Amino acid sequence: MRYLPLSDADRRDMLSAIGAGSVDDLYFNVPKSAVLSRLVDLPRAQGELDVERFFKSLAARNTPAGKTAFFLGAGAYRHHVPASVDHLIQRSEFLTTYTPYQPEIAQGTLQTLFEFQTQVAMLTGMEVANASMWDGSTAVAEAAIMAARVTKRKTIIVSGGLHPHYLDTTRTMAGAQGLHIVALPAAIDGEADVVARLGDDVAAVIVQSPNVFGTVSDLSPIARAAHAKGALMIAAFTEAVAFGLVEPPGAMGADIVAGEGQSIGNPLSFGGPYVGLFATREKFIRQMPGRLAGETVDADGARGWVLTLSTREQHIRREKATSNICTNAGLCSLAFTIHMTLLGAAGLSRLAQINHEKACAVADALAAIPGVEILTPRFFNEFAIRTPRGGADLVDVLAQDGVIAGAPFVRLSPQSGMDDVVVVCATESNTDEDIAELSRALKGAL
Amino acid sequence: MTPHTVSGSRGLLQAEPLLFEIGDVHRTGVDLPAPKGVDRLGGLKRKAALDLPGLTEPEAVRHYVRLSQKNYAIDLGLFPLGSCTMKHNPRLNERLARLDGFADLHPLQPLSTVQGALELMAELAHWLMELTGLDAVALSPKAGAHGELCGMLAIRAALEARGEAETRRRVIVPSSAHGTNPATAAACGFIVDEVGATEDGHVDLEEFKQKLGDDVAAVMLTNPNTCGLFERDVKTIADLVHAAGGYFYCDGANYNAIMGRVRPGDLGVDAMHINLHKTFSTPHGGGGPGAGPTVLSQALAPFAPVPHLVRRDDKSLALIEHADDASSAPFGRMCAFHGQMGMFVRALAHMMSHGADGLKQAAEDAVLNANYVLARLKGHYNAPFGDQPCMHEALLDDSTLRANGVETIDLAKALLDEGYHPFTTYFPLVVHGAMLIEPTETESKRELDRFADVMIALAERAAAGDSAFFKAAPQHAPTRRLDEVKAARQPKLRWKPEEASARAAAE
Amino acid sequence: MTTKFTKDHEWVRVDGDVATVGVTPYAAEQLGDVVYVELPEKGRSFAQGADMAVVESAKAASDVYAPISGEVVDVNDALTGAPETVNESADDKGWFVKVKVANAAELDALMDEAAYADYVKGLD
Repeated sequence: MRYLPLSDADRRDMLSAIGAGSVDDLYFNVPKSAVLSRLVDLPRAQGELDVERFFKSLAARNTPAGKTAFFLGAGAYRHHVPASVDHLIQRSEFLTTYTPYQPEIAQGTLQTLFEFQTQVAMLTGMEVANASMWDGSTAVAEAAIMAARVTKRKTIIVSGGLHPHYLDTTRTMAGAQGLHIVALPAAIDGEADVVARLGDDVAAVIVQSPNVFGTVSDLSPIARAAHAKGALMIAAFTEAVAFGLVEPPGAMGADIVAGEGQSIGNPLSFGGPYVGLFATREKFIRQMPGRLAGETVDADGARGWVLTLSTREQHIRREKATSNICTNAGLCSLAFTIHMTLLGAAGLSRLAQINHEKACAVADALAAIPGVEILTPRFFNEFAIRTPRGGADLVDVLAQDGVIAGAPFVRLSPQSGMDDVVVVCATESNTDEDIAELSRALKGAL
Repeated sequence: MTPHTVSGSRGLLQAEPLLFEIGDVHRTGVDLPAPKGVDRLGGLKRKAALDLPGLTEPEAVRHYVRLSQKNYAIDLGLFPLGSCTMKHNPRLNERLARLDGFADLHPLQPLSTVQGALELMAELAHWLMELTGLDAVALSPKAGAHGELCGMLAIRAALEARGEAETRRRVIVPSSAHGTNPATAAACGFIVDEVGATEDGHVDLEEFKQKLGDDVAAVMLTNPNTCGLFERDVKTIADLVHAAGGYFYCDGANYNAIMGRVRPGDLGVDAMHINLHKTFSTPHGGGGPGAGPTVLSQALAPFAPVPHLVRRDDKSLALIEHADDASSAPFGRMCAFHGQMGMFVRALAHMMSHGADGLKQAAEDAVLNANYVLARLKGHYNAPFGDQPCMHEALLDDSTLRANGVETIDLAKALLDEGYHPFTTYFPLVVHGAMLIEPTETESKRELDRFADVMIALAERAAAGDSAFFKAAPQHAPTRRLDEVKAARQPKLRWKPEEASARAAAE
Repeated sequence: MTTKFTKDHEWVRVDGDVATVGVTPYAAEQLGDVVYVELPEKGRSFAQGADMAVVESAKAASDVYAPISGEVVDVNDALTGAPETVNESADDKGWFVKVKVANAAELDALMDEAAYADYVKGLD
């Protein structure tokens, strides 16, 4: 077996050094009733060639986004990732190392985490950020739990613009802790609706901008209203590129910003692994979940980095920890930080502006098609449309035609009743030909 | 002292400042066409300019390559971090995960365009259920702790269905458990009740029996346990907790020792997460991403979270993405979309490469390697449970070193100088000064002998009274020992613009 | 003024109806360099034995339990900026809170200085 270095001779020598007759002796504690007398019923070992052949045959049964005219976002975004990003994250020293528990031989990981935390704070307009969460949805759920800890209240009001999977995840994870989740009905432009639900028992409101329908909102009045009632404002997001162009939540009074970082540096990969971004105000750092890299000095006084404030975490605080998170999204956060470094302010603002313009071009093309109505009033790179043909059916039909037109909203939220709504997204990866293709196919289908 | 050079570099080890000290807002490593300036944001354009520094591609590549060289990695040498299963990461798996047919798929594409991806998930699920002898698997959990949450929420849902969620609130957790276990139980609203260990490192069965009652929801047990031992009473514990009306959650962090040889289902396990990033070699990546699919017994299967994978009559696969659409009673959703697809590809490639025979051999070699290390070291260190064979990790402690003023942390730092990542330090908590060594199956005998020789030489040096040597370590790592107290007392968690000028003024 | 001690290594010194509470030098030494102290808000009341504060080193966190029931009337804010005071002066400047004593009889169950010294000796 190509991955196992021990030879039979090694095994014999080692057993004799141990003083065991056979490897079975080492499993002496296994109850007799649980000892398998045969191999499990699965295929035997295979060489690289055979394994690769199998996976390629499965891969060939999928239609990669790049083979289509592709306009699907709704929580995962197809952006161009520079070649150097994937090269760098595959360096052995990044790819095959562990959580930096021994800081003296993990300064590479720790410095990149410190830089990542700084970039996330800068991008979101917040004071501090952690070293990543599992993904955007779990980051938002953890934000709700943290808000309850900070305010010692238990009710969370969720806007109708929050991605429905994020809402469901929050219900599962925050609900498990006894939090009361009040979800407002899906609404294309209703972030401010949470204000009317504020009461003295509310720990936080969760709003999203751009929201799941692409709507960009001014969150400042919501933050003011929440603060007046002693509640926090959690600003969720799924498209991090937006903050290259639109006002970031930190500048609009958010107390916690939590969302998805996939769209910078990471491929679509059918939904994971992605990277949760989590930022907050300095005064809340001890209530934060997740790992934190911090600056310090070594015995010679030279600058270095360590994991810090670990007493919040499960391996020390156990049942009183701020979260049970251990492994986070290390390598995906590295991809994020490298891509962000390659972009810089100049690249990110240009990228964001191009995304916005592509989306405007798509919206103009679609608005010209009889029957199509653009529903999102202000958007970044994504917007909702209504068509006379049901959303799910329309998207399926167009897929047969080599066009992935967007996300039928009912797939995300059957109970919303928005059967005729499709969320359409455009990024820098869309060409003018793609847009023409979408228009042609859509006209044909309607 | 670190030898001084003008550049601050030392040979191959290049000094590298922070990104914020070398980049600027005008520099960029991407070439994009000039935009036209369209604005339909309704007045919500960013007011303050972005302050993110950029680098050109050659500068960025150097920045990250230089930083990478300050990291230890499994590709460089033995990484015997107990409970972490740092085994070789096959590169075939990386190549396969990057096939366009997997990497360039959106999770919300029409199902007709992703049948190969769904088949892959179904195949992975089949392997996991077959290996563990359990009835269902939730693939979506994003890491081990997320899988624990999934399993414990399934237990809570099962109790709710029985009308006992309010009365059964206590979860029994051994004192040797990973911190995630009590943290997870608490995150599900359960009350954690700790059960102690016997002198020889097993769950104290008598104490466990005392704790059982009609308010017990579950026991959370790691098996093999964190002392590196197969819990000899595991079947009895399972039977007892079931008889008392509770469930058995097994922490699968140490599954590597028994895969292909013992099926958790045969031990009476109701739920267990599987760390694909440990057992099935998906890279740890400096702290993730992981993946924690959670296998469930027949009793818990109806409560598995969405999405569910179902096969239609025409043999095609579909996803049930909402609890209301399921024929069972899912407790909810663990995360957006369908889980860690990139990790599924890698883990399945690992499993298929090994096959049923190779996985069993891998488990046995992992156990053999740990026992070999234990056999070579137990005359030189105290091995608290060393009079019996271990599973895939060998547990030592620093009790023989302390008399000479050397502690676990000092030995760990001395290992850095010898070119090794140390073992897990000070865990499990039930052993004072613990050193938990997990070599894994992908180490050769030669590598193990080299490591054992170093460990023995260090024990002798400590016995000779040279504690100053240990306290001064590391001398040859990229940095000297770092001040964690300062980092915690004055937390500095990000770079701030005012530092640039302060640093410039100081220089 | 009498000083009493708990098995969890808190000390409590009563002056009139106000008790000052801290952790013992032994506890501070066991914990190592203290990096953070979380103190309760003034006005909160605790029953004897309830978690009242947290004291943390870089690698450990310990709950501090109320050695005596009562309402918090003062907290040692200086510890926030200078947690090392707990190491330097655990039994004096490193005090945590002052509590208005609800039931002085609770003190009777606690150890006096000699008994605590014996207790600590027994732990090593």
